[in-house]
Order: sequence, then structure tokens, then C-alpha cells
Amino acid sequence: MSHPASTSIVVDGVSKYFTMRYQRTLKQMTVAAVKGREISDTFKALDDVSFTVEQGESIGLMGLNGSGKSTLLKLVNGVMRPDGGSVLTRGRIAGLIATGAGFHPQLTGRENVYLNAAILGMSEAETRRKFDEIVEFADIGRFLETPVGNYSSGMFARLGFSVAVHVDSDIFLADEVLAVGDRPFKKKCQQRMQEVRAEGRTLFYVSHAAGSVRKMCDRVIVLEKGRVGYDGDVAEGIKYLKYDPDDDSTPEVDEDDDLGADI
Amino acid sequence: MAESLTPEESGERDQRLVDAPLVSPAPPAGLREVFRRRYLLRLLVRREVSARYQGSVLGMMWSYINPMSQLFIYWVVMGMIIGRGTENFGIHVFCGLIVVHFFIETFGAGTRSIMRNKALVRKMAMPREMFPVASMLVSLYHMGPQLLILIVCCLFMGWTPTVVGMLGFLLAVLTMGTLGTALALTFAAANVFFRDVGSVVSILTNFIRFGVPMIYPFTLVQERFGAAAAYYLYNPIADAVLLMQQAFWVGTTDDPTAVQAHHIPDHLFAYSFLGLGISFVALAIGQFVFSKLENKIPERLT
Repeated sequence: MSHPASTSIVVDGVSKYFTMRYQRTLKQMTVAAVKGREISDTFKALDDVSFTVEQGESIGLMGLNGSGKSTLLKLVNGVMRPDGGSVLTRGRIAGLIATGAGFHPQLTGRENVYLNAAILGMSEAETRRKFDEIVEFADIGRFLETPVGNYSSGMFARLGFSVAVHVDSDIFLADEVLAVGDRPFKKKCQQRMQEVRAEGRTLFYVSHAAGSVRKMCDRVIVLEKGRVGYDGDVAEGIKYLKYDPDDDSTPEVDEDDDLGADI
Repeated sequence: MAESLTPEESGERDQRLVDAPLVSPAPPAGLREVFRRRYLLRLLVRREVSARYQGSVLGMMWSYINPMSQLFIYWVVMGMIIGRGTENFGIHVFCGLIVVHFFIETFGAGTRSIMRNKALVRKMAMPREMFPVASMLVSLYHMGPQLLILIVCCLFMGWTPTVVGMLGFLLAVLTMGTLGTALALTFAAANVFFRDVGSVVSILTNFIRFGVPMIYPFTLVQERFGAAAAYYLYNPIADAVLLMQQAFWVGTTDDPTAVQAHHIPDHLFAYSFLGLGISFVALAIGQFVFSKLENKIPERLT
């Protein structure tokens, strides 16, 4: 199968299974086997998911909890490999998975920035050049030299987002990034993500917040129990999910909705 | 420019043509990839060096206290209480202990490495062979000062390095590094699925300590088993210990030529190269097992 040069992400018939283990020890397994009970069961997190994304598109990935959003993101990010089908991407990928970066809790903020950037494929010189910018954006002040295990969840998320967004990537993945930040930081994040979008990077944005998806994305994919339930226009997608704010909702809720605070 | 962007304006955006092929986002795995990304490996090694004894007051010192205490025990129990009169018994034990300790550290820390770095493994796409390899390099780094102590002691006792001895020493380190990484790869992946593996490793470690001619001379093995002692030499770790003794201990004795003839088995290099070959085969198997299990690692890390 061939794709035009403008294709950014191809997800083709992707399935992913997880094994659920009921019995863990040898004794439990023997007892279960004797009684004829199941020892393990598989769970289909993604079931024949297919779509393609053009370079520069921004996709809002939506769906209820447990519908497979994070799993899909992990497959696109390359942390996991699909059990069936294939995932193909073009260019460098950066982003956050499951509200946060892969930070090592025992390392300081500074060390984590370097490590994280290196994993994302940045060289030492590149990291050093962008280091101040990253730190300034994350705004963690003197906590830079303390282990990130001691960070508040907000600081943790800020630093993670900052590293990911400053990597010169072609695809940017964001999983509920705005969930833990405070209001000023959310504003900053949104602005930065709009910049990312304007630079022509592919944006893959997971959110429950209809408002921010509406602002940020030009296409919505809704996952339902591991299958693609809807793929297309943003407004339609939000309606499909019944995430449209009710008429009787207060303005304040609406505003929060815009910023993605409803998680 | 970008600062002033409002949602309405953001419709217009740059066309970005990415000059890269469509490929699987999962990074190419394998040991070759690990050495291609040396910068990342260096960062991980530096991290490990500072984190291995994190939160302890003595820190890095434990890397020396641990082998030193073992040396002390072996020296007192085997050298002074049981005492068979091996010349310079302390050196005899110590030069073996250095490679054995290197091997055990690689094996043990490597086995735990994936679990210990689960925060990274679960969220970042990277070749996961990085972690066991980094553990090996950290153990190698810790070997340095021990070696320095050994060399100072040996020089004090009139030792002069020989070319053959030093080549043997390098061969011993290479073999132990390879075999240690091979086992670490296999056990690190298995450890994610069954935590029992960690306990198995500590049992194996005990066998390793006593299965090599470190706290007893090889001559004792020959006396007890005669021709069957040759099978003992098929153990690459035993060869590595003998190579170390040839490199350091022999030179400290009063009559090195006699000691060499009496204590160091013939064809030691032949056995050692065989051991190196075995280690590389083990490494290939370890890599194979690792890549088979790797796919399920992120979801099993809890």
C-alpha cells in the first residue's frame, strides 16, 4: 500500500490485546485449573482501528474512559506495538502519554529534561540550546534541582509538556495535558499548541473537553470500546459523544469546559 | 506572530513537508541500536551511577565496602582458619573477586533495571535493551577503583605486568561483560512477568561465588577430580578468575614461573576463548528472548 508524501500517520486495521490474569501464583493457578476456571483472559483494547492523518491536521481523539484512547496514543508514539494491523508514522514524534511524561522520579528536573530530550532524539547541543526556553516555559523556578518525585502534579505536568512541546517534532501527541495545570498554565499551553498547529505539525490531542477540542482541532475521532465510532467533523463528533454542554449549564461551567477542566 | 494567534486566525497555517519515510513509530530495537544512541546511553549510565546508592549516606562507598567485606571474610575464614597455605591468599581472592563482583553486579542490577526504570519504559519509546546494557557499564565503572587498589597492592608486592597477563585480563573483562549482559537481558525481561526471577538470581549468584577458583585454588579442584577438572574449565566465569590470577596474583609470588606452572591450567587461553564464544552465543539468545518478550513489557509493568 502506498501513501502520498503528505500522509503523517497511518493506522491500518490495528488491534491490541491485553492479558488479564486472574490467578497469579502457581498454587492459585493449579486450583483454578483443577476447578476448570479460567486462568487468564484477554481484553481487546483496540479492535480493527483504521484511519489516516495528513501532515498538519489536528485530530481530537475523544471517547469515554476505557475506550482505548491512551492505548492508541501509545501505539502511535511507539511505546507499544500493535498485535494486529500496522501503525506507520512520518517524522519525529513528541508528546505526553497519560497525563505526563516519562520522568524518572529520582532524577532532578534538570537531569530529566536532558534525559527526556535524549529519548525523544535530541542531541546534547540541541537540548542545551533549548534548555532555558524549556525551563522558562515550565516555570518551576528553584525546583529545577530537586528530584521530580517531589514535584506537585502540576509542576510535573508543566515540565513534561514543556519538554515535549519544545522538541522539534513533526507529530505532537497530547494526552489530557490540560487536566492538571492551573488556569494560567492552561492558557499558556493552549497558546503553545495553537503555535504547534500553525507550524504545520500534526497534532493528536486527547481530551474530554469539548470546548478545547473545538478550538484546537479540525477533525474528531471518537473511540467506542476500542472501535472507531465516529471520524469526521468536529461539531458533529462532539454531538455524537453528547458532550455538548446542556442548555441549562451555567456560564462558568462553559468557561471551564473551554479550558478542559472537566476531567 | 504566534502569540497573537486567536482560534479564528489559526485556520491558516504553514505547509510542512516532512522529508522522512513512513515507518513504524516503535524504535528499532536491539543491541546495535543501543550503541548507535550513545548519547542517551551515556545519560542513562550517569543516572545509574548516581542513583544506584541514592539515599544512602555512604553512597558510592558501598561499592567498595561490599567487596571489601567479602574479601575480609574469605581471607579470615579460608586463609587463616582453614588455611591451606596458598601464597598471598588475599591477592588470590581479591583479583578473582573483582571480576566475579563485576559479573554479579551486571547480572543483578541488569535484571532489576527494567523494573526500576518503569516510569520511562511505560511512556517513552526507546530501545529497552538500553537498561541492561547501562547496568553493565555502571558495574564496569565501579570496577575501576577496585582495580586500582589491586594494582597498588600488587606493585607493592613486587608485581610487574606482563603482556600475556594483561591480554588475559582484558579477555576476562570482555567475557564477563558479555555473559553478564546476556543473562541480564534474559532475566530483566522475565523479571517483568515473574518477580520470582529476582530470587532465582540471588541463588545463582551464590553458586557463582563458590563455583569459581576464587576462595580455593584451582589445584584443589584438580586434586579432587583429576581429569574431570577439565569440565570445570568450561565455565567461562572460572576461566575469567584464572585469567585474573594469571595477570595479577602469579606475579606477586616468590617464584612466578613455578606458580604459573602449578596453579594455572594448561590451555587456559583456549578455554577462555571458548568461554568468550559461549558468552556471545548466550548474548544472541538473550537478545532473542528479550525481543520476544519485549512487546508485552509496557503493559505488564505495574
